[in-house]
Amino acid sequence: MKILAIDFSYDQITKASYSYRNRHVYPYLEAKGFEIIRCQGKSARHYHNLKVKENMKKTMYEKIWDTHLVRASDDEVPILYIDTHLVHEVTSPQAFEGLRLNNRKVRRPNLTFATMDHNLPTTDRSLPIKDQIAAKQMETLAQNCAEFDIPLYDINNPEQGIVHVIGPELGITQPGKTMVCGDSHTSTHGAFGALAFGIGTSEIEHVLATQCLLQHKSQTFEIRVDGKLPYGVTAKDIILSIIGKIGIDGGNGTVIEYTGSTIRALSIEERMTVCNMSIEAGARAGMIAPDDATYEYIVGRQFAPKGESFDTAVEQWKQLPTDEGATYDRTLTLNAADMAPQVTWGTNPGMVTDVTGKVPNPADMHSSDEKQAAEHALAYMDLQPGTPMTDISVDRVFIGSCTNSRISDLRAAADVVKGRKVAEKVNAMVVPGSQAIKRQAESEGLDKVFRAAGFEWREAGCSMCLGMNPDILMPGQRCASTSNRNFEGRQGKGGRTHLVSPQMAAATAVTGRFVDIRTFG
Amino acid sequence: MEAFKEHVGLVVPLDRINVDTDQIIPKQFLKRIERTGFGEFLFYDWRYLENGDPNPEFVLNHLRYAGASILIAGINFGCGSSREHAPWALQQYGFKVILAPSFADIFRNNCYKNGILPITLSAEEIATLSQQAKDTEGYKLMVNLEEQSVVCPDGTVYTFEIGDFEKYCMHNGLDEIGWTLQYEANITAYENQNRL
Repeated sequence: MKILAIDFSYDQITKASYSYRNRHVYPYLEAKGFEIIRCQGKSARHYHNLKVKENMKKTMYEKIWDTHLVRASDDEVPILYIDTHLVHEVTSPQAFEGLRLNNRKVRRPNLTFATMDHNLPTTDRSLPIKDQIAAKQMETLAQNCAEFDIPLYDINNPEQGIVHVIGPELGITQPGKTMVCGDSHTSTHGAFGALAFGIGTSEIEHVLATQCLLQHKSQTFEIRVDGKLPYGVTAKDIILSIIGKIGIDGGNGTVIEYTGSTIRALSIEERMTVCNMSIEAGARAGMIAPDDATYEYIVGRQFAPKGESFDTAVEQWKQLPTDEGATYDRTLTLNAADMAPQVTWGTNPGMVTDVTGKVPNPADMHSSDEKQAAEHALAYMDLQPGTPMTDISVDRVFIGSCTNSRISDLRAAADVVKGRKVAEKVNAMVVPGSQAIKRQAESEGLDKVFRAAGFEWREAGCSMCLGMNPDILMPGQRCASTSNRNFEGRQGKGGRTHLVSPQMAAATAVTGRFVDIRTFG
Repeated sequence: MEAFKEHVGLVVPLDRINVDTDQIIPKQFLKRIERTGFGEFLFYDWRYLENGDPNPEFVLNHLRYAGASILIAGINFGCGSSREHAPWALQQYGFKVILAPSFADIFRNNCYKNGILPITLSAEEIATLSQQAKDTEGYKLMVNLEEQSVVCPDGTVYTFEIGDFEKYCMHNGLDEIGWTLQYEANITAYENQNRL
């Protein structure tokens, strides 16, 4: 191995250290088999400057991190400023209670936004909420927001919706921001070049009280996808393929930046789908550098900067992308041409295969732990090894969630079901991500397409993604779902979830079993 | 938060990898607005049968593990949802320490804030401890935060890593919000500088 030694010898101290290196360090290293390349004077300065310049090159994550440090010292955990705090009804009540107990205030109510999404029913909004405990939780959020002066998009607000859907919709989500929410899918907002991640309730309280978080810096992980996306392969299939490849802990300790021509060609809504599921790979956050498509999406939205301030903001946003030559801690490169529509077979998002694939055999797994996990998963899912995925029939279809409930998702699904009928015995529902999306879809007549096919058309919310509201699977029911988690019991105790894209979910509703969208119709 | 110095407790091995927070505390129990009352619902779907009786197959229901306060788990424990209800449920059930080859990031953070010590040891070390816990009834470990050590009944000592700040917070039961607020002048300066 070669070592480049840059030696200065201007003054007494550098002279002394130079002679020390010459007498002791270099002979020692040479004895150990290293080759020392020495440079002094002009060439030393040249190499030194080059090195400094190289070190100045930053990834997008590092740029956002550096500009949000309130305090950084060597022996303490850094204090990071949070630009936007999103709040929902399920993970916040104990945080507000904590503030009250300690007689603390919300430091920046104007940087905080709340909505109701997890708990609320997706049926007729004029009916009273039957679940009294859920109703109490929503009422508590309303009281907390009133007490602490936080803007709230409640159940009757025309802009209500899933927190990760309305943030971008309202223009709250912007490049370069630090954003947090007591919800792991906060990674969604990274699609705009924001640093956005999920936090626990203690941290919610921390942000409410201080507008800051104590955070360790993450490693950076570049996942590069290049090439043209094959027909029938969607953003959902990209992220499921990635998770299938690196595993559900493959991103632990890292912030993923998605790069490459395939990612660049995605629409903003598709980028949100990719970033949304970064947490399913264990990553702290997922990010995509902003570009013209990002700025076009943001311009004119309610909370976006207006007029000249918008132009100024865009100039700043253009500085965000990772510098050429900056290095990531890890890099993975994938080829879009290798990707196919995905279907999960097991009980986590990493247990996934191409739709043309088969249910795997646990005996083929790498380790005994994985073998045991696969056995558990197949027992829970009631599947036999070797079964072609397209032989598996479903009882339910769910199109919705912060992963895939945006207008482009609904359009894609409506395209598939148009003029067709949902299979007999299959119950299928569409839950738009926000009331604004619902209105937009209705203005385009998508609701009529879905209803004519036999789908239920609901009000906005998280719904059956996590089944906290009445939309749940019955024990043993099998569901094709556009959501993000196929954990045991996630959609209802004993329910069996298969994650797919909106197109695949729509086609599955029609045929009653999984179908390769590329050969459908 | 209760300070954590040293803990001696009964060990229960949970032979599963990638245990997600949906399993630790299912969604139907997230509707409470209090911080308490989650312990009885820990691992609900695994722990109870359809009729509500304890599932005799589930390891926490084995009599020999009654009163366990140290959990040994597989890789990536606590993945998925950010719900802090998961560490609340574990803590309220009685767990003080979780040993695993790896943890999900958000869950690990949430543990520190609730006085649960998440300890990462190598997969081999975890396998050894797990096997010993199965082989020996009444198997206990001694965990010392100051020394960053796990001591086995036979005297074997395993050391673990923990961040200085996390260690300090756990050791002193520190109120982190109070800690950050001592730098309020820095926060205000940052806000002024960035016109926030």
